[in-house]
Amino acid sequence: MEEGKRAVGRLCSICSQRRPALKRPKTLEQICRECFYAVFEEEIHRVIMENHLFKAGERIAVAASGGKDSTVLAYVLSELNRRHDYGLDLFLLSVDEGITGYRDDSLETVKRNEIQYGLPLKVVSYKDLYGWTMDEIVKVIGLKNNCTFCGVFRRQALDRGAALLKVDKLVTGHNADDMAETVLLNILRGDIARLSRCTFIMTGEDGPIPRCKPFKYTYEKEIYAYFKKLDYFSTECIYSPNAYRGFAREFIKDLERIRPQAILDIIRSGEDFRISSSTRMPDQGTCERCGYISSQKLCKACVLLEGLNRGLPKLGISRTREAINGSERLHKTGRLPKAEAERPILQSKPCGNLEF
Amino acid sequence: MQLTLEFGGGLDLLCQSVKIHHVDVTPNVENGKLTLRDLLSWVRTSLIKERPEMFMKGDSVRPGILVLVNDCDWELCGGHDTELEEKDVVVFISTLHGG
Repeated sequence: MEEGKRAVGRLCSICSQRRPALKRPKTLEQICRECFYAVFEEEIHRVIMENHLFKAGERIAVAASGGKDSTVLAYVLSELNRRHDYGLDLFLLSVDEGITGYRDDSLETVKRNEIQYGLPLKVVSYKDLYGWTMDEIVKVIGLKNNCTFCGVFRRQALDRGAALLKVDKLVTGHNADDMAETVLLNILRGDIARLSRCTFIMTGEDGPIPRCKPFKYTYEKEIYAYFKKLDYFSTECIYSPNAYRGFAREFIKDLERIRPQAILDIIRSGEDFRISSSTRMPDQGTCERCGYISSQKLCKACVLLEGLNRGLPKLGISRTREAINGSERLHKTGRLPKAEAERPILQSKPCGNLEF
Repeated sequence: MQLTLEFGGGLDLLCQSVKIHHVDVTPNVENGKLTLRDLLSWVRTSLIKERPEMFMKGDSVRPGILVLVNDCDWELCGGHDTELEEKDVVVFISTLHGG
């Protein structure tokens, strides 16, 4: 249409030929759709190369929710893999939380993506892994801490799915906005351990399945602009009232409107934090029950699951250590020693999106 | 003025879960024009059935909601002062929930 007239007669600042359709938040350049797709893909390629995210011959699982980030990630990775000959074997990995009317619909999107991009899909479900669907969990615990359960279970479900697929790495669609938000949240919670690692582009390199975030520097706005040509699912999780994260999110968007660079600057701040050597960091071990990585005797998922199965769903959701170690002590002494109060163990994640 | 309005990213839930609306909006009586600013207040009063604060903040859309006029970023075509024309397509996408 006559959008040219409105775009004040200017031309794309890259090709100088077509009318611009988008203002890049990162650079404030006004560029056309064709140039946008090209620079978007090229930047992801550069991030992958500069950070040595992959090695030829690796098997890589894309954590796919059917939402915009993972849909764009799966598509762009398979394109780049072909174009630049990365030599990767790509897979889609989805988690079925068992949320009727939400995840069952979005899984349909992932199944279409499987065909559209020719990537094999593996779905792991909470029901199979834990014996509970989110619908069943919400029936027991209500809508208060459901995101905690979902977040803890999802994280582990992805690792288990990745192990089943025998992949070398898991990639997630976390974008720059997500990361800026997480930096702020970790500051707000005083969670120094997470603050120091939440900006890493790759984590868990010493563990069995490292995770990486190729969209670390990619603005959410651009992912939306990109995925306009793709098939994706967008509906909010029906159980997702994560108010605290919501505020952080809105704050980030407010800042972005005033100064888009703020998002990358917050990530930079997170990267440049120096954690004082006197800060005690938790020791990583393994869960006595399931063998999953854990800084406690039992991993968070096992504690939560034990609560569900014993009819004590509050077990493990408070911010003090009332995890198994604490609750045993509680039985013996009748109260929890104050000194046991400790940093939160879990990564409370909101639901419905790619926050693995 | 005949316009097509699209609501995505959950905003459709605010207007009876309908994503695409074909609407007829009366332009400003004085100059016969309709700006995006006028359209926003029209949408707020005529289309949004619940939780208007999810759509507007002050007299603008909430930060985090993308606005496209005929597939063009509204920041490029004049923001609030964009003058709409017959048969324009305006898209609102919320980015405030996960993806």
